[in-house]
Amino acid sequence: MAELSAAPAPLASAATEVPPAVGMEPVQLVAPNGAPTSEHRYTRELPPETLGWLYEMMVVTRGLDTEFVNLQRQGELALFASCRGQEAAQIGAAACLRKTDWLFPQYREIGAFLLRGITPAQMGAVWRGKWHGGLGFTKKCCAPISIQIGTHGLHAVGAAMAAQRLGEDSVTVAFLGDGATSEGDAHEALNLAAVFNAPCVFFVQNNQWAISTPVSHQMAAPSIAHRAIGYGMPGIRVDGNDVLACYAVMAEAAQRAREGGGPTLIEAVTYRLGPHTTSDDPTRYRSQAELEHWLALDPIPRYRRYLQSVGVWSERLEERVSARSKRLRTELRESVVDADDFDVTEMFDTVYHDITPELVRQREELLTELAREA
Amino acid sequence: MTQIIERPPMQGDDAPEPLGGQERWGHHPPEGQGDDRGIGADPMLTAVPTAPTLTMAQAINRALHDAMAADERVLVFGEDVATLGGVFRVTEGLADTFGGQRCFDTPLAESAIVGIAIGMAIRGFVPVPEIQFDGFAAPAFDQMVSHLAKYRMRTRGDVDMPVTIRIPSFGGIGAVEHHSESTESYWLHTAGLKVVVPSTPSDAYWLLRQSITSRDPVIYLEPKRRYWTREALDTNAPALPFGRAAVRRTGADVTVVTYGSLVATAMSAADLAADQHGWGLEVIDLRSLNPLDFDTVADSVRKTGRAVVMHEGPRTLGFGAELAARIQEELFYHLEAPVLRATGFDTPYPPARLEKLWLPGPDRLLDCVERVMEQP
Repeated sequence: MAELSAAPAPLASAATEVPPAVGMEPVQLVAPNGAPTSEHRYTRELPPETLGWLYEMMVVTRGLDTEFVNLQRQGELALFASCRGQEAAQIGAAACLRKTDWLFPQYREIGAFLLRGITPAQMGAVWRGKWHGGLGFTKKCCAPISIQIGTHGLHAVGAAMAAQRLGEDSVTVAFLGDGATSEGDAHEALNLAAVFNAPCVFFVQNNQWAISTPVSHQMAAPSIAHRAIGYGMPGIRVDGNDVLACYAVMAEAAQRAREGGGPTLIEAVTYRLGPHTTSDDPTRYRSQAELEHWLALDPIPRYRRYLQSVGVWSERLEERVSARSKRLRTELRESVVDADDFDVTEMFDTVYHDITPELVRQREELLTELAREA
Repeated sequence: MTQIIERPPMQGDDAPEPLGGQERWGHHPPEGQGDDRGIGADPMLTAVPTAPTLTMAQAINRALHDAMAADERVLVFGEDVATLGGVFRVTEGLADTFGGQRCFDTPLAESAIVGIAIGMAIRGFVPVPEIQFDGFAAPAFDQMVSHLAKYRMRTRGDVDMPVTIRIPSFGGIGAVEHHSESTESYWLHTAGLKVVVPSTPSDAYWLLRQSITSRDPVIYLEPKRRYWTREALDTNAPALPFGRAAVRRTGADVTVVTYGSLVATAMSAADLAADQHGWGLEVIDLRSLNPLDFDTVADSVRKTGRAVVMHEGPRTLGFGAELAARIQEELFYHLEAPVLRATGFDTPYPPARLEKLWLPGPDRLLDCVERVMEQP
């Protein structure tokens, strides 16, 4: 435990200031046709290797995501929630962070997990039904996935308040979805973060649909980002299918948080190209025309065109990306197919640090039951 | 060490003195029930001559001070806990002594109070949040049941949850709605939480110190009806380890199993049973409901062959149901009579004017005792 920070955390001064207005037009650095936009508040100037790496991570994320869906269809996984279409938002947001910045994900953040060095096997354990939450996520400064919607925003605020007390200049990021912003806990998290000036960024991937419920049914506000005004924090809309815009907007918010400027609410406007999960049938609630509209805005071809226009894309890059994608897909498949279950006693032994006498009794009861069957 | 506060001015101070003098929150005991709140006469409170005499509220305050002094990771927060010192003054002086970083007021948001505690615990702190009243734990239920309780298991043991949630609990103080609830069954039905209920100032001190040291989440239910009972407190060593029940009075005829506010009720009923019938009641104060020290209960029931369990909360699926089931499962052939339950009723907690009729007092307990003594 480091020395507690001597300086008291400043309470937000926002109560006396009206935060700047939130623009409806999302920040966009690369147009859907791959051309740079006239946006001048943010830079798209990143080193070529960073530009290439962002592309690599997006493609690898999609490849792994596709493999997850395949494995579910083949009966190796119980369920999977695809992030197809949201790669730019996830990669852009997570790529500009430090590995000591804490992430509090929902469950669809495959791209962010990959960037954290969380392996396909660690993620796959959830969807195979091998263990809740994922394996070893917290060792990578990432909370276990939250099936509960929006409740983890408060954990992020608590972690950010802990960082304040530790005197860190870290930032804590809560990944939420559009549906999550309707939950009471999301309100409490945003409010507390603002009141305590917590170094916390709320990154909302507005993928337009919460299972079958469109975002228009979640709220009557002009946008999710507009809610920031009421909390007394900056809010910003960003094109969630533009990886450079997501990177730039998150980098700005993270920098503000590190410097003591408090929380930010980012709304990344994107689209869930796949179903909610492998158990869902989106044709029952959304039109083919809508899907085609968003397919044309797919973040990966757009960014490839941009890289081609600035001379970063090459056949060699594409080969490297394909090879890595293939490796990860193989790694996932090998970790999941015919994977052994954990020892059943783990479900007793992980509940408490100090197991209770009653649980010891019940563990013995099950072991006796199993011994009899054997 | 900062001051341990004298009992602060409290709401209701200008109300008539209840019988027994020291019980400021209580009401006159029901007619004919005697005074089960006469703390000075309480035989369970044995004075330690060299130790300071503190109220339960002061003992909890002392425990928080000592825990914060002993471990800089300990944080205390909640509604009105810092500047005001808590609506019961239980957190008085902590913000002054340890600063606003370690003891702070939160917005009025119970789910947030528990939710941020989880995040702080993930980052290595030892949060001791307060939920201001039992009834206000309901908005925090999801965070407690879905996250606090499960975090260790869902991280496969990677993350401890050393969070102690203090909740002033139970009835008998003439309060408005949602200020008198018994919530223990909710937490006891949730795997991953531990639940303790002190009945004396010494237990209040030591159970809180032990809860804060525990690497598991503990729900610490404070019997606010007993906040102003006094006892000499020895802060050198705990009387009992965590998870152990106490036999408060030995007796050969009937085992009474209870906890929290009702331990004193059981003690006064035991006096009456001895005086009026010559029956010996053995009073077991569970202290910790999970982990449960069933061995102490079993040893007693083997001896007496009769058991009555008592708690404030509604009867159906109250902790008495679990205790009764467990006693008959394991001690059926030692029993001379069915296990009976002296409890509140399956109604919402009643308005203050009716609560003394709703709460189990010595009479309701003694009715059960008479019934089990009539058997076989």
